Amino acid sequence: MKLRLVRRDAASRLAMFGAPVLALILTCLTSLILFALLGIPAGKALHALLLKPFLSWYSFSEVLLKMAPLLLIAQGLAIGFRANVFNIGAEGQFIIGAICASAFPVFYPDGNLPFMLPAMIVAGGLGGMAYAGIAAGLRTRYGASEILVTLMLSLIAVQILNYLLLGPWKDPRGFNFPQTVMFPGNALLPLLFENVRPNISLIFALLASLFAYLMMERHFRGYQLRTAGLAPKAALYAGFSAPRMIWLSLALSGLAAGIAGASEVAGPLGQLQRSVATGYGYAAIIVAYVGGLRPFGIVASSFLISVLYIGGDSATVSAGLPVAAVEVFQGMLLSFYLLTFTLIRFRVHLDREATA
Amino acid sequence: MRKQALLTLSGVSKRYGTVQANQAIDLEVKSGSIHAILGENGAGKSTLMKLIYGVEHPDDGSIAWNGAPVQLSRPSDAQALGIGMVFQHFSLFETLSVVQNVSLMVPGRPAEIATKIGDLGRKFGLVVDPDAMVHTLSVGERQRVEIIRCLLLNPKLLILDEPTSVLPPQSVKLLFETLRKLQAEGTAILFISHKLEEIRALCDEATVLRDGKVTGRVDPRAHSARDLAQMMIGRDMPHLAVSNSAQPGEVRLRLHNLSHPRATQFGTTLTDVNLDLRAGQVIGIAGISGNGQQELAALISGELRARKPEMVQIMGQAVGRRGPMHRRALGFTFVPEERLGRGAVPEMSLADNSLLTAHGQGMLRGGFIKRRVEQSFTRRCMEDFDVRTSGPDAEAGALSGGNLQKFILGREIMLAPDVMLVSQPTWGVDIGAATAIRRRLIEMRDNGAAILVISEELEELFEICDILHVLHEGRLSTGLPAADTTAEEVGAYMIGARL
Amino acid sequence: MSAVEFLLAGTLAAALPLLLAALGEMVVEKTGLLNLGLEGMMAVGAAIAFICVYHTGAHVLGFMAAAIVSAILAMVFAFLVILVKANQVAAGLAIGVLGLGLSALFGKTYESLTISGLPEYGLPLLSHIPLIGPTLLTQDIVVWLAVIGTIALWYVLNKTKLGLIITAVGENAEAARAIGYPVAVIRCAAVAFGGTMCGLAGAYASTVYTPLWADGMIAGRGWIALALVVFGTWQTGRVAFGALLFGILSLGELTAQAIGVAIPSQVLSSLPYLVTILMLVVISRHQFRASKRL
Repeated sequence: MKLRLVRRDAASRLAMFGAPVLALILTCLTSLILFALLGIPAGKALHALLLKPFLSWYSFSEVLLKMAPLLLIAQGLAIGFRANVFNIGAEGQFIIGAICASAFPVFYPDGNLPFMLPAMIVAGGLGGMAYAGIAAGLRTRYGASEILVTLMLSLIAVQILNYLLLGPWKDPRGFNFPQTVMFPGNALLPLLFENVRPNISLIFALLASLFAYLMMERHFRGYQLRTAGLAPKAALYAGFSAPRMIWLSLALSGLAAGIAGASEVAGPLGQLQRSVATGYGYAAIIVAYVGGLRPFGIVASSFLISVLYIGGDSATVSAGLPVAAVEVFQGMLLSFYLLTFTLIRFRVHLDREATA
Repeated sequence: MRKQALLTLSGVSKRYGTVQANQAIDLEVKSGSIHAILGENGAGKSTLMKLIYGVEHPDDGSIAWNGAPVQLSRPSDAQALGIGMVFQHFSLFETLSVVQNVSLMVPGRPAEIATKIGDLGRKFGLVVDPDAMVHTLSVGERQRVEIIRCLLLNPKLLILDEPTSVLPPQSVKLLFETLRKLQAEGTAILFISHKLEEIRALCDEATVLRDGKVTGRVDPRAHSARDLAQMMIGRDMPHLAVSNSAQPGEVRLRLHNLSHPRATQFGTTLTDVNLDLRAGQVIGIAGISGNGQQELAALISGELRARKPEMVQIMGQAVGRRGPMHRRALGFTFVPEERLGRGAVPEMSLADNSLLTAHGQGMLRGGFIKRRVEQSFTRRCMEDFDVRTSGPDAEAGALSGGNLQKFILGREIMLAPDVMLVSQPTWGVDIGAATAIRRRLIEMRDNGAAILVISEELEELFEICDILHVLHEGRLSTGLPAADTTAEEVGAYMIGARL
Repeated sequence: MSAVEFLLAGTLAAALPLLLAALGEMVVEKTGLLNLGLEGMMAVGAAIAFICVYHTGAHVLGFMAAAIVSAILAMVFAFLVILVKANQVAAGLAIGVLGLGLSALFGKTYESLTISGLPEYGLPLLSHIPLIGPTLLTQDIVVWLAVIGTIALWYVLNKTKLGLIITAVGENAEAARAIGYPVAVIRCAAVAFGGTMCGLAGAYASTVYTPLWADGMIAGRGWIALALVVFGTWQTGRVAFGALLFGILSLGELTAQAIGVAIPSQVLSSLPYLVTILMLVVISRHQFRASKRL
């Protein structure tokens, strides 16, 4: 017996909507079993994980807070993924973005700088873009795999962050904690609502989503990127410059991650500290895939993953769920998504043995 | 007296999606015979071989070996029975040596295998250095390695899939001698080809396939090539009347001392290629693939940049260092030999595939795609060029080879090019569509376009070209007026006997 | 103990988790796949091994359990990539995250508990050599087994038909299939081997090298191992050499003391990654130049 995948003629639309939903259901079922095996009250855990975030304005606002960086980074990454440019080091570009943005308040802790906030956001974006640009340069000039280069660069970024926080940028009055000074008021992003933490970076992320939609689905540039991803030789044949596609993909994803990093220090953190590197860059890869790499799908998936984060927090309290359960959930979600996407996109064909 | 039937297929069928590749095939191969499977590209020959070799499994019907029914689940089952296969596109590993390649299939210590390779080489005229790395070997030598690898397993049946398509005429002669020696040793040979003369020269039995069905079982020596062709294509060989009375116009494409070093160990270096293509002219480039055709096409299209601007001139402009978009803007279009993945994106709709090269036809406004224009262009292309599928939203990957070729050719013709390059225009296209495609090309020429055709099919080139050049080991022959030359003369250039 | 002695004694043990994981991944990549989930597979192996040793006290059982569980996780990757034909970057990251999460989930109640490590054995006679005898040449049994295993792997990959088959599948899967090799099965086996090796690597880290469990204890070793494969250009000997080098670097500040210069430890920690990028550029450049001409 032999399995073969046969492409369904017109199932892309179905796959777009069906696959994530089916993956979510399968993930929930599997986690129920897993949690039960580990002696965690499974129903309670799922309730906390998926419903709690909607039950109070505060926790829902926390979902929106988490969603901003995830959405922004994932939109950038998805552009590259569709062009077969695998930037998996968004974490590093995020950190570099945060560092670049932090330079201004670190050097002007009293806030004596006009345009402090815009400068931070721009510096963060450019920093992330430049950091991703290293990978683009090495790929286009020498053919070095951007997968490994971006990954290595993000590991280096963590070390740069550590160096700055333990050395030159350490807050002199911070009891030796590895963190910078608290940022002055004019270095903080305006909040969207009173008394809760979401800030205008969510607007950035939604605007980025709209931009991504217009570019990838409606504009010739996006078409060129998609062509480069689906059939590199066809892109070459049509004369779409491959190096330009690589530069564009990495620049945009680096820019998005950098702005997200800047928004994190200028937003909920209010200073540069080690916990800025909490894995948004990696989680955004999952967000991008579960969103089917489509701009609107990613809006939905970033919301879902954010719900899981906040739900996970509350589940640790109410159901004794370990923090790591969120990672387990994410990992399963992506695995199941990859599975269901193929199952919907293709028919599994069973080759019958010849009956001699 | 009747020889024993070694391999018997009864009522074997195989279907891929909507395509019936093989339908109720009966086939009997006798020990010690050279049996031809004859058919056009796409007639189902390769599928049939995959079924016999256990790569694919029949939907229906049965296979028997020496009269006993067998199940071939995987190639190793076929190998165990004594079936060996020489693939059309060789299954050798470039970075390994000859001995290593052979030892992947043949048990034994490397030293023993090297000795066996030498012995076998002397016996059958298959000389090859056992320690050579495969990537350093010529195409002919690689084929010898493939054959040796099969022979060391002592096959009772040897399958050769289009073995001569990659060989120059002299090597074909050597191959035939080897095959006759094998036959004398009692090995049965299944010889797959669409070349009639070769089959008449070599084989003692032939099964003819058309559209996946058997249309004839004959002794090829007793029939003329014309008879065989009729069985193969269902009617007489089509002939296009070529009469180009018009005087060619100005030079539209000029290759000027075009030299280009090979990119990899596996590529071909181009040396001093010179060519003038004029308005109202069809020039053909003949030659066996792998002699620099791919490199030449990519250099003309701009997918590969020449080393100096003046090496490639289109419409009087030196464009050697410019990209494809620039060249297209000058009125150049190109139909590549690879349709899926190069000429078209398989996962995209036909409409989106129009956008690939026809975006200059008003499909964009401020960079945004105008779907309506895209759709109407595609619909027109489908009507004008008889592309048979559900509509502009059908994915390119779902089209048959012939339909997709018509679409790509149509798309490029609708751009109203001044200069067009067409590579292997009728590969894998059914005979009706092929004739239509050739007619289109002639029509374009008559309307003043300049057309360059790169093709392996000599007959095709003679049909449509005014002038023929031959590409051999990266060098281009002088132009031979098609009316004054013969297949023999072109053949001599093809093997490098003349320069 | 001087810094030099400390380095001599510690390098092999520090290098071991890197070496095992990298050799496993090397075989995976030789068959033409890329599994980015090393970190997760190592973490899950580490957690399982610790739990097993904590309850049974038998290191052998811990290593075996780790190998099995990591291999199962690797098979999820194999299933997604080989059978379902999913994108391997995404699939690798998926099992990576999954593994990290599972390790924390399983290990939650064992946080900060300790167990006893393994005794060290000196090589007969050689261990009496001054300086290196009691340090470099006195190691635990796993180190000695790994040395033998590395040589064995080199032999298999370079001198046997199995090695030839692995190379062939990686170079041209289509051709390997055509001449009758079950490419999918071979790749599955390679991925399972990679998972097993990661499991062993994790087990060593959590039950021998630092015999305690802490969430996040793999601490980027999976990524370093991934880098190592590139650094070693897919050759057993060079990967082993690279593992030693990266092992020394991972001893960070201690190394700096030994050399007697004050380099920020972050620079040393970054070196493996920087060197890997450099290697990647060097090995890609040649191929790339050539391919650009076509």
